[in-house]
Amino acid sequence: MVAMPAPDRSVLDRREKIVSALREIVPGEGVIANDVAMRPYESDGLTAYRQLPMVVVLPETVEQVSKVLRYCYENGIKVVPRGAGTSLSGGALPLADGVLLGLGKFNKVLEIDYANRAVVAQPGVTNLGITKAVEGKGFYYAPDPSSQIACTIGGNVAENSGGVHCLKYGLTTNNVLGVEMVLITGEVVRFGSKYLDAEGYDFLSLIIGSEGLLGVVTEVTVRILKKPETARALLVGFPTSEAAGDCVAKIIGAGIIPGGMEMMDKPAIHASEAFVKAGYPLDVEALLIVELDGPEAEVDHLIERVSAIAKDCGSSTLRISNNEEERLKFWAGRKAAFPAVGRISPDYYCMDGTIPRAKLPLVLAKMRELSEKYGLLVANVFHAGDGNLHPLILYDANKPGELQRAENFGNDILRLCVEVGGVLTGEHGVGVEKRDLMPVMFNKIDLDQQLRVKCAFDDKGLLNPGKVFPELHRCAEMGRMHVHGGKTAFPDLPRF
Amino acid sequence: MQDAIKPRDARDVAEAITSAAANDKRLELIGRGSKREIGRAAQTDATLDLSAISGITLYEAEELVLSARAATPISEIEHALEEKKQELAFEPMDYGPLLNKKPGEGTIGGAVAAGLSGPRRIKAGSARDFMLGVSAVSGRGEIFKAGGRVVKNVTGYDLPRLLAGSWGTLAAMTDITLKVLPRAEDCATVLVFGLTDIRANEAMSAAMGSSCEVSAAAHLPQWPADNIAELKFPGKAVTALRLEGISQSVAYRKMKLEELLRPFGELGALDASKSRAFWKNIRDVAPFANRTERPVWKISTAPSLAPGIAAGINTAAGAHYYYDWAGGLLWLEMPGDKPQEGAVRIALAGRGHATLIRASAAARASAEVFEPLDPVRAAISQRLKASFDPKGVLNPGRIYAEA
Repeated sequence: MVAMPAPDRSVLDRREKIVSALREIVPGEGVIANDVAMRPYESDGLTAYRQLPMVVVLPETVEQVSKVLRYCYENGIKVVPRGAGTSLSGGALPLADGVLLGLGKFNKVLEIDYANRAVVAQPGVTNLGITKAVEGKGFYYAPDPSSQIACTIGGNVAENSGGVHCLKYGLTTNNVLGVEMVLITGEVVRFGSKYLDAEGYDFLSLIIGSEGLLGVVTEVTVRILKKPETARALLVGFPTSEAAGDCVAKIIGAGIIPGGMEMMDKPAIHASEAFVKAGYPLDVEALLIVELDGPEAEVDHLIERVSAIAKDCGSSTLRISNNEEERLKFWAGRKAAFPAVGRISPDYYCMDGTIPRAKLPLVLAKMRELSEKYGLLVANVFHAGDGNLHPLILYDANKPGELQRAENFGNDILRLCVEVGGVLTGEHGVGVEKRDLMPVMFNKIDLDQQLRVKCAFDDKGLLNPGKVFPELHRCAEMGRMHVHGGKTAFPDLPRF
Repeated sequence: MQDAIKPRDARDVAEAITSAAANDKRLELIGRGSKREIGRAAQTDATLDLSAISGITLYEAEELVLSARAATPISEIEHALEEKKQELAFEPMDYGPLLNKKPGEGTIGGAVAAGLSGPRRIKAGSARDFMLGVSAVSGRGEIFKAGGRVVKNVTGYDLPRLLAGSWGTLAAMTDITLKVLPRAEDCATVLVFGLTDIRANEAMSAAMGSSCEVSAAAHLPQWPADNIAELKFPGKAVTALRLEGISQSVAYRKMKLEELLRPFGELGALDASKSRAFWKNIRDVAPFANRTERPVWKISTAPSLAPGIAAGINTAAGAHYYYDWAGGLLWLEMPGDKPQEGAVRIALAGRGHATLIRASAAARASAEVFEPLDPVRAAISQRLKASFDPKGVLNPGRIYAEA
């Protein structure tokens, strides 16, 4: 287990005073201070980690957010922002001496602007809520993380969420036009709007995926797209994962970018089929779902081309959806893969590395070795188009030592991802979970530069400490430049 | 000519910047200098000439990834991609003709540092949207890396995208990894003749809000339209919408789009090869090329606001202009040799941002080249700059005056 920063005794001693000061800012039920009522906030989607916060604050206005943050800044109190709490990396894990700032009451779509194809929403609006608001006119918001019914657009901004369609339509960072954000000092600032590109530095790039460490987002402007005319899917089984991986590479090599391209391995196929009976073949080692969307003429043509490629790559089964019902059925198994695995194992641990696609057979083979070494089963679902792996490690938390073994197994998988040229997390975030693995990917200089950026926003280190960065440093110490004895080896500018 | 330092590799770059920082010297960063005249006129002590940091280091077409040293010419990258029927989908514009320089001189590092894009910006994005990873030297003289070589990556802050559009003021990039995409096999352009700005704006909005997957939308009033060869002196305004993809799909969508636009006015079309030439001209601001005495502004705003902003500037100052990005990008050429910043910023009124792309050094010294920031953003920009470059070594003052 990853250790959180030790609580600050001097803050805990002032708890009553802090709670009443916060009640001055957010009246009524917006401040929750008793343990029973705070219980729902003690963890997020990474349930192995639990911690009651010092106090929960649920503001309703930007002014309240600003005042709460300003108060915390002036009094040295840590703040953990939270959307719907669906993070799988512990990004919203509370701190015993911190304020848990829930944005759930910011749940309104503020403006729908079809002329400029943009929606302005409060951060607590769900991802699917944005699509629901515009689908009457045939529009949608493209990024679609699996948790889209529950996860919020504010959380999507914090994590730079992806989804099955991001190969073609991009991640959150490619679909957000602007944000309003409150800094830890209480200052309210806007970056971007309904126009493209940034004036000055591209702060949106920094803020999207910053895991609540830079500020609290209070409004999001996203671009919306017209729904494609039609979508059809292929369900293709392969005798080996190598053949399936080869097929993915050949589809892209042929210049085709499918709307979605997902792979499942045998354990995942069997678990899903047992759960939702989507009609998946059970005698294959790997299953591909390839979805093509666009005008009918284009989709029909591409279906034929992808079928031909799949056959060339040695597919053993191939089905094509002929109507919307069939297409959704192909997806039903994939979308239910996590709960399906949950049915066959008391607990599972979901990983999220990304690898260069060509390394898939190697990574799967090594994963089988690790599975034997740790004595734990693993099922794989895979955003095949963009190389994002979700190994699900099966374990039983009630058996002594199994959680630790699952974590160690997971860490080995992530180290493997980095070794083959990939990264620790594709879309779930670093959070608490992968924090201590950051040095596997980044050296001290790399991490220090990121910490200095953090300091530019949060000089006291009060926003979501204990997440992302394995070590906490005081900002003053980060800013120093070490010039040895005031001299360098080059008294003048060097010539080359 | 001021002193030039020409590093051979990232270590040389680190050494030069460390040395400059220790001696309170300021450096102007250049690749091949194709965009040197853009930005605030700033004082530096030496030029850090990165042109030797060049060459493609990795290209895996099936993985849609390409890595290159920062000063690799765009032309070299585009050539390599073309062989595999791929492209830089953000369609980086070439500032050469607009600045009265040779075309095709830009580098990938320059394209990223300037945050370039083209007409496809509205569908595919800009350089930032294709940045996967970077290795760079900060103003502290430290070599750092960020991002990676895979598309899906949320490990740490997204510094690669942050460096896009930072005009070399945060770090000297030495290695860049980009996502690349297959090139569309076919394209076509639908034209609508004789629309007013407001009507054209409605037509572009209707097209963008359709399922036709329009990949570029521009409106040219008569003067710029008459100055684009592919349009053959139409003598009236032209609105142009591009469709790209496989042939069957382009043909079908063209039919749908024509149906949609017929009520707006007389229609025309450009075939694939004329389309390519036409959109390159739109991308590179060809109507205003080789007229260096005239200042040129680039305005980014919400598409529906653009006609009002253009009218405002025209009333106050007069200008030639045209719209790209379905109205969201306004290119303006001012009459005479004065940028008339007041007229531009008053008409825009903070509803977007205006950048003075072409102007004499004297004019650039007397105007704010980039959109001025409110105090909160200005302060955080200063802190961000200091987090990379505490002593102000790298391109100081190129975007904003230093504190």
